[in-house]
Amino acid sequence: MNNSVFLHIARFISLVFLQVVLFNHINFLGYINPYIYIMFIALFPVKNNRFIIIFLSFFIGLTIDVFSDTGGIHAAACVFIAYVRPLILKFSFGMIYDHQTIKFNTVEFGEKLTYLTILTLLHHFMLFFLEMFSVSQIILVLQKTLFSSIFTILLILIVTIIFSKKTK
Amino acid sequence: MQQIINFIIRNKNFLLSLLLFSISMVFTIQTHSYHKSRFINSANFLTGGIYNSINNFTGYLSLKSQNQVLAEENSRLKMLLFNSESKKDSTYLDTVSYNGTYKFTLANVIRNTYSGTNNVLLLNRGKNDGLKQDLGVISSKGIVGIIDGTSKHYATVISVLNTINKISAQLKKTNHFGTLYWDAKSPNFIQLTDIPKIAPIVKGDTIITSGRSSIFPKGIPIGIINDFKLDAAENYYEINIKLFNDMTNLEHVYTIENIDTAEIDSLLNKNTDE
Repeated sequence: MNNSVFLHIARFISLVFLQVVLFNHINFLGYINPYIYIMFIALFPVKNNRFIIIFLSFFIGLTIDVFSDTGGIHAAACVFIAYVRPLILKFSFGMIYDHQTIKFNTVEFGEKLTYLTILTLLHHFMLFFLEMFSVSQIILVLQKTLFSSIFTILLILIVTIIFSKKTK
Repeated sequence: MQQIINFIIRNKNFLLSLLLFSISMVFTIQTHSYHKSRFINSANFLTGGIYNSINNFTGYLSLKSQNQVLAEENSRLKMLLFNSESKKDSTYLDTVSYNGTYKFTLANVIRNTYSGTNNVLLLNRGKNDGLKQDLGVISSKGIVGIIDGTSKHYATVISVLNTINKISAQLKKTNHFGTLYWDAKSPNFIQLTDIPKIAPIVKGDTIITSGRSSIFPKGIPIGIINDFKLDAAENYYEINIKLFNDMTNLEHVYTIENIDTAEIDSLLNKNTDE
């Protein structure tokens, strides 16, 4: 138990640090940045209390906001996905979720990809919509959502593959 | 009472989400209104300190191009200096009264953003160096933005690449003026509106600040006209301006303080009160 708390604190700090120092400055083709810190929310253990994950999501979003002067858009998007996460889990994993036995290291690749894609798309849409704050710019919002999501999903997959423990 | 408590316990996740979501929305809406001092900004001890130490490393990477920029500015200033010396005449002001209206302070950009729609820069100078809200920020090539929040050692700057910024600008060759805004599409171009149809504009004309507000003095270069068209009502031009500044590569900037701001403001307020 204690060990996993330390693991999550380390994950929190290192993801925020990487996001702020490295991934906020990539600006591929002018505006495409990956938001890899949502890995923290995506890979948070399923069994834990929902209360904790919603609160931690708000906190990680707000930390990113403080560093990038964006008001509260990251925090809002993170709280949103943390709240709808159980629905997405149920949709992508089906039966396993009902038994509360998901381990992100061992689930099938296809199901994991669905889960990450939905989560990332929702987060990015929310994020860019709040950033623009106008319905007339919806095309630009969708465009940014699409490109940044592809980038984010690819990076999260690469990171999870590199850091996955071979438990089979 | 029992029922209310039960309701809260049953829906505690939803209520918590709603609460946290509303808090973040309040922060978000604050950033969309100009001049409301933000509660959440990066000009604080922790984030400022971290960005400062990162900048100590990354500063080396752009050293060569920044040297080039500074050398170019030096040569331009030298040229001005020698030209003005030759023109010196007997009406030169005496040294006691010769204090310029504008005070310049050198600062370094320790965090630069240009990919979002509301971009904010962070400077490594703050209240202790005499910076305060509403000072203009320029680089050697042109305007950069306006200071928004300050802490003791750091200051945030609303970049010209920010949809809430409205800066007054004019044509260099005539005095027709308009308002700058940014459509958030490219960090190299900003837009100028409200230039009347009668103004003689051509592609390639220079746009400068108008000096109509007390933030920027008149004549700071902004960019050149890239293309233009009439607006829907056909009364005003909508002009696309290519910035002189490369906003993606900023390091050394100057803040401009107009020493007479208080005097000008009190005069203007007096007029409106009467």
